[in-house]
Amino acid sequence: MSEVMQKMRAPLLPGVVALALSTAYLIALLAAEKQALIIGLLAFAVVAVLAAHYLGWLNLVSRSFADQEDVLGIYAILAACVVAAFFHDNHFVLLLFVTVLLYTVATLGLNIQFGYAGVLNFAGASFFGIGAYTSAVLSTYTAVPHLLVLLIGGMLAALIGSLLLVPVLRTRGHYAALVTIAFALLLKTFLEVNNVLGGPQGMQVKGMSILGWSFNDNFEIGKIEMSFYLNYFVVSMLLLTGTFVLVRRLERSWIGLNLDALRLDEIAASCFGLDIARWKITAFLLGNFLIGIAGALFGMVGGFVAPNNYTFADSLIMVSILLLGGIGNPWGLVVATFIVVVVPEKLQTIQEYRILLFALIVIMMLLFRPEGLLPRPVRRYFPGWRA
Amino acid sequence: MDVGLLAQYVMNGLMLGMMYTLVAVGFTLFFGVLDIIKFSHGDVLTVGAFTALATYIGLRSAGVSSTPLLLLAMLVVAILAMAALGMLIARYLVMPLRSAPALNTLLITLMLGTVLRELVRLFYPQGANPKPFPALLPTASINLGQFNLRLDNALMLAAGGLAIVGLQLLLNRTKLGLAIRAVAQDEETARTMGVNFTAVVLITFAIGSALAAYAGIMNGLYYNEINFGMGLYLGVIGFAAAIIGGLGSIYGAILGGFLFAALQTIGTVALPFASAYKDVFAFTVVIALIAWRPTGLIQEKISERV
Repeated sequence: MSEVMQKMRAPLLPGVVALALSTAYLIALLAAEKQALIIGLLAFAVVAVLAAHYLGWLNLVSRSFADQEDVLGIYAILAACVVAAFFHDNHFVLLLFVTVLLYTVATLGLNIQFGYAGVLNFAGASFFGIGAYTSAVLSTYTAVPHLLVLLIGGMLAALIGSLLLVPVLRTRGHYAALVTIAFALLLKTFLEVNNVLGGPQGMQVKGMSILGWSFNDNFEIGKIEMSFYLNYFVVSMLLLTGTFVLVRRLERSWIGLNLDALRLDEIAASCFGLDIARWKITAFLLGNFLIGIAGALFGMVGGFVAPNNYTFADSLIMVSILLLGGIGNPWGLVVATFIVVVVPEKLQTIQEYRILLFALIVIMMLLFRPEGLLPRPVRRYFPGWRA
Repeated sequence: MDVGLLAQYVMNGLMLGMMYTLVAVGFTLFFGVLDIIKFSHGDVLTVGAFTALATYIGLRSAGVSSTPLLLLAMLVVAILAMAALGMLIARYLVMPLRSAPALNTLLITLMLGTVLRELVRLFYPQGANPKPFPALLPTASINLGQFNLRLDNALMLAAGGLAIVGLQLLLNRTKLGLAIRAVAQDEETARTMGVNFTAVVLITFAIGSALAAYAGIMNGLYYNEINFGMGLYLGVIGFAAAIIGGLGSIYGAILGGFLFAALQTIGTVALPFASAYKDVFAFTVVIALIAWRPTGLIQEKISERV
């Protein structure tokens, strides 16, 4: 029986090749300094992906990922480590990379809300900011161990989010959108006018240190000097891996099935005895918890928090990442976060125009490929089953 | 508190409320015909204000110096241009997404708002800086104790009121208004009764966007300054006003607009904390209101279809 299943599985090779190629490409893109080269590389990527799509190769890759996810996941972690090792002494690239990892964690949290339960949250950046401010306050005024600070950041984001539960549960559609939008504006204004939290100038955040190991010092392995961001890379990678596994397990479990039912048709779901309020609360709080943890760590990485980093516009960028990747597909999120975070940073020539271009690209996506780059596949109820 | 000072605050609140109302009415109109939220509405307002300013500068350099003529030209150009822009947005961005999830429409219009905002910032000469807006209304004022009634404010308030009354008459007394209300009530039935659906939607978007241009000019005249980010703020407040009033109802938009302005004024004047907290206070009350009345104060009639 298991042999038959083994035979029905898609081969591993396309997935591995795709991972290897994208790792090599990512290294090339991150290492490139000349603007002409970067533009060339980006154009090449667009052409290559389109070509692979028309030749049917992308299909092979996605099947390979669907069937061999666990193995490929480990390869993906290896690939990330290779990229980090390649840039072991480059502060800027590592910071960028850590940013991508933490944004992915945050959008994974958002994904539970938008993608599975269908709960709208236009205040993603606000909850991210709550996490960051938590780590700023706790690391400045108290001696709480820093790993615990991350946890508290997440819990506080969930706790403050729970203040919104009544309006979130009672409203639908556009009315529900207002709740989180109003909250995003409220929180930003509050942070700006509040002197205790540093006002518009924000606050410094102390670097992380665990058991005496200070994260903000460069260190050496053998004779090779390592950037201190490598410390943060390790923690962020662990956080991302944990979150990814959690979200994936959640999606496949009966909880994920309940959340899907809830999103697709609330009334039908409640007719089948699902407790709508319970699952909405679960999704909203769990999502905010994950976003808060990511924010707390991000505060320590950046060493600085200010209200202007957590505006409504930033929340929109998070939602755009979700939509760009394909709502509900965690792998798509990883790809989309890379695109949204890395491309504008590398394309310094268009620095001034990047928000404009970014907005135009999202509009084009919505008009011509609204399901996102990597749409979520149909749920698989049996191993080897194909829709 | 002194009565005069109080009157001053009331007057300021009324001015703000009128601007919010003009924006909120747009949201409610669009929601009525298409059941969508068009989030670029606030940025259409910005573009309208900048179009008016550009018209002013253009005419001044062409030698026109008569103030009423300038004001009229600004109004006409900005209103027509924004009506056209609104129709284009409806035709090429909003209508193609009719069958898509509501989230997509929300996002595409949000992104369009970003595009408009960035276009103003990047391509209007020195668009990133605040621009002085000419004071074209008579600035004479009547002093009543501490209360200083400025003629231009009174004129603007009256003009805003006229626009709202005009819209109300248009919706309730004309054939076009009947068509708009028919589409808002039931699209399919309206179609079978011979209403040209696309035309009605486009005209509704033109009307809403024209009102935004009107509010943009009003905002410029009131503060004597415009900047590329003003629409985002006004748009969000207009949206909040339309929602707490109840989407799809003109009266709801009016109620919501003035209510929000009242909350801000109360937050500035009557509460024990610093006036900087006025928006925190206003938005907190908005969230509380929506929790109390999940479909707005003037409730939209919805029945669940299974």
